Amino acid sequence: MSTIKINIVSSSEEIYSGEATMVYATGTLGELGIAPGHTPLLTGLAAGPVRVQNGSEEEAFFCSGGFLEVQPDLVTVLSDTAERADSLDESEAIKAKEIAEQELANKDATLDYAKASAQLAEAVARLKTIQKLRKKQ
Amino acid sequence: MANTKEVRKQIASIKSTQKITSAMEMVAASKMKKTQDTMLEGRPYSLKIKDVISHIALASSEYPHPFYEERTPKKACFIVVSSDKGLCGGLNINLFKQVIARSAELNEQEIESCFALIGTKASAFFKSVGGKVVAVAEKLGDKPNPDDLIGLTKVVLDMHKNGDIDQAYLCSNGFVNTMTQQPNVEQLIPLAPEEHDESSPTQWDYIYEPEAKELLDGLLTRYIESLVYQAVIENNACEQAAKMIAMKNATDNAGDLIKELELLYNNVRQAAITQELSEIVGGASAV
Repeated sequence: MSTIKINIVSSSEEIYSGEATMVYATGTLGELGIAPGHTPLLTGLAAGPVRVQNGSEEEAFFCSGGFLEVQPDLVTVLSDTAERADSLDESEAIKAKEIAEQELANKDATLDYAKASAQLAEAVARLKTIQKLRKKQ
Repeated sequence: MANTKEVRKQIASIKSTQKITSAMEMVAASKMKKTQDTMLEGRPYSLKIKDVISHIALASSEYPHPFYEERTPKKACFIVVSSDKGLCGGLNINLFKQVIARSAELNEQEIESCFALIGTKASAFFKSVGGKVVAVAEKLGDKPNPDDLIGLTKVVLDMHKNGDIDQAYLCSNGFVNTMTQQPNVEQLIPLAPEEHDESSPTQWDYIYEPEAKELLDGLLTRYIESLVYQAVIENNACEQAAKMIAMKNATDNAGDLIKELELLYNNVRQAAITQELSEIVGGASAV
């Protein structure tokens, strides 16, 4: 089976580097799947999971935003922060979501509305990643 | 002739200085390891983003980004990366010398310079030398956060966008090894176009999702930010290495001084004893 090289890096470390038969990511315009030989593509990434499939094995990473570049034989994920989905702590994610929701609820003049809603989106995306992983196990 | 008490005092004072410098040397050595690790951790991202940028430069994009545009230069901005603390030998001053030289060179071509400064030492230096300072970022600590540099980078990029500057340079120390740090002045904007590889197909372009302009703006801004961040963490590693060497030299010098003074002390003491003896002998023969 043909494979495509994939590199996932965040500004503070290299997260993953290897071969994949299929890569799924959450672009700003929706989910996308990348197979080997994909046409060159450049897109922004929204907060969400990046899944790397190699044969029957699959690994998932959480990415809170960044860029995705596709060359026919190479996928590069430049993530703002990426972490292995295994290391995501569900209770932490729920807590972050609650805080964000609270901040949204008492929307007063001093609150940075845009920041809060971004925080909420990130927390929700983290939760989604975890729940997707749970279902598979 | 100095008396023994004075010499002893001096030796004691140099010894305590030596203790301080050797402690600082050890602190720098342990910090150096950490800062080097941070530098290496940041490397994959900067390498990958460089790859992506070079691919983009090869693509015949529908939207030529302003960072690639060669304008007739009238004004240039230097981003100068320095350390927050001193006692690291000639590290900062060597870099500033290069910056000043380059700025003078540009001045001859009638290009004005302004400065965006990172680190307390740079802001102190350019305050005393003079020069138009547009942005300052200080006290970033041993593990700087990329977020702390966004403000400064944005000031420079906005100036470029508004046409206030036509060129930007990044000036920082490159880490060669523990003994050697190389001051570098590198051109950031305009980005040097990659050389076209003859074998690769020349006509292709990305699919952009969403718009090319929006994406390239974001990506190139991130690229510049990552270059600046990488320069700062590399400079940090340089600072600790230079500090370690400077403190090691100081400790060695203190050791030499102590040896010399101890010799002097023994001479003085011996002379005093000899004098006393000859006085006693003289006194005895007189009786």
